[in-house]
Amino acid sequence: MAQHFLTEEQEMIRDLARQIAQEKIVPMRAELDEQEEFPWEIMKLLAESDLFRIWIPEEYGGLGEGIFGLCLAMEELSRACAGVAVSYAGSALGGTPILLYGTEEQKQKYLPQLASGERLGAFALTEANAGSDVAGMQATARKVDDGYVLNGTKQWITNGGEAEIYTVFTITDRNRGARGSTAFIMEKGMEGFSFGKKEKKLGIRTSSTRELVFQDCFVPTAQRLGREGMGFIVAMKTFDQSRPGIGAQSVGIAQGALDEAIQFARERHQFGKTISSFQAVQHMLADMATEIEAARALVYYAARLVDSGDRSASKIAAMAKVFPSDMAMRVTTNAVQIMGGSGYMREYPVEKMMRDAKITQIYEGTNQIMRNVIAGNLIKEAAAL
Amino acid sequence: MNIVVCIKQVPGTAEVRIHSETHTLIRDGVESMVTVFTMGPPQAEAALREAVSYGVDEVVLVSDRALVGSDTLATAYAIAKGIAKIGAYDLILCGKQAIDGDTAQVGPEVAERLGIPFVAWVRKVEEVGDGKIRVQRMMDDGYEVIEMPLPALITVVKEINEPRLASLKGKLRAKKLEIPMWSAEDIGVEEDQVGLKGSPTQVMRIFSPEPRGAGERLEGEAEEVAQRLAERLKVMGFV
Repeated sequence: MAQHFLTEEQEMIRDLARQIAQEKIVPMRAELDEQEEFPWEIMKLLAESDLFRIWIPEEYGGLGEGIFGLCLAMEELSRACAGVAVSYAGSALGGTPILLYGTEEQKQKYLPQLASGERLGAFALTEANAGSDVAGMQATARKVDDGYVLNGTKQWITNGGEAEIYTVFTITDRNRGARGSTAFIMEKGMEGFSFGKKEKKLGIRTSSTRELVFQDCFVPTAQRLGREGMGFIVAMKTFDQSRPGIGAQSVGIAQGALDEAIQFARERHQFGKTISSFQAVQHMLADMATEIEAARALVYYAARLVDSGDRSASKIAAMAKVFPSDMAMRVTTNAVQIMGGSGYMREYPVEKMMRDAKITQIYEGTNQIMRNVIAGNLIKEAAAL
Repeated sequence: MNIVVCIKQVPGTAEVRIHSETHTLIRDGVESMVTVFTMGPPQAEAALREAVSYGVDEVVLVSDRALVGSDTLATAYAIAKGIAKIGAYDLILCGKQAIDGDTAQVGPEVAERLGIPFVAWVRKVEEVGDGKIRVQRMMDDGYEVIEMPLPALITVVKEINEPRLASLKGKLRAKKLEIPMWSAEDIGVEEDQVGLKGSPTQVMRIFSPEPRGAGERLEGEAEEVAQRLAERLKVMGFV
């Protein structure tokens, strides 16, 4: 299959992720969703199969397969369960700032741990009053001898409590707005670093979402990520890397829903024939499949562009998040529609997929913010001509 | 500890995976080196590559036209010679039986050839180390615990372990690895003890057994049933 011109290594990643997803995750997903328990057993399997190594360069114990490799794994895992997939990807999101802006020492220390999967990572930016408006952040880091003291609360942090390595964004100089933000690498167990309760969510319910609470938490200067005041840039450059991953998650969720809808339509009989023989259903399936292929092509293009280091990646990465996630919401909703009453029941997986799809339009920058990013870049490019 | 795992490529790979997996059980407790060994046509290399993707250290393929047609006796002789060439070993693992020939003879015969103790039908390795191994042998009505000195051979049943998943590193290594292929001469077998010439067993015919009919159940009072049974047997000409 010469689909998308994948290398042999990329095909290996896709095939192994697909095998794990179908053999190990599909049988457990309904229970994981119902129990809202973190999928440690599956995280262990992913670690043993080297899936956490994919995006990390070889010199830090990874496989050097970049964001594209990560996207291939994300797509397959999400096709089975988006909650498992985000727990997996949350670790990469926490590690990406370290890869991009960490000192050699920080990279040597943390990336191999993330690569082996022995420790999970997490990314902590959002606060109660700072979602899309990052500059509204309240958490502070005050400079003291040999380090900083952190105070404040991070909200809705994926892998919160389960991860051990956190990239945390703070304000070091409130007068400088976004330029007064600084990132730190924090570890679970540091004195003054605790967790809030696990949040109850609409979808991706197996994933862990918690508050991180910092109360006079001292951190040595060696844990600072990048220079003082660089936090905002660290976060934005990280999102350029991670947004295609959310696109891949969206493609996976939608593909999973289409798979279910087609199978159901071929078996369900009404008016003496299968519902797949009705043109109304056929056209829905055709549109769903076409949109998935379009989104997949955009995600793969964006991931390759990001891996190439192209400077225009920011705009394309935002496109590769906004289009697939809107698409996934439509496709999963239509999958439920095709399956009717059955689709609405928890006995079938599509209602979960529809619940899971919603978050892809919200996290990693809302789709409204994505359009701001795209438009901002378009106007900037036009002005530069 | 050096462990040799014998596998056989058969149509349908389920069995192969089980055998190559078995080593994990022992590996988790001891520093060890696992070699997967197979004898078969050159395409059996694919089964060895699969074993490498699961994380085994070394693989060896013994393949030679001179070995074609070997029965279990000749095969066990060749495998024993091959294992001797690998060198030091502490434990040899074989499947209970292959799903094509179904004889369950090769494992025990290899042990006899090598002059080492063996236990067949192992469902669990309880402990290994200090020059001995303690295993559970599956029986029809429970299990037996058996301890024997190393080096030794065990043949294992399906229950011994769940196949582990391949890893990406393993798959990458499997793709690149050069698989050593040893000839009959390399392992030093006597020509008249292998192949058709060295095989006292001859397979005359392969057939699927006729499915047995459903049988008939006679119910009722003992005396009456006995009478009906006697009549039926008379009609069928048995009495």
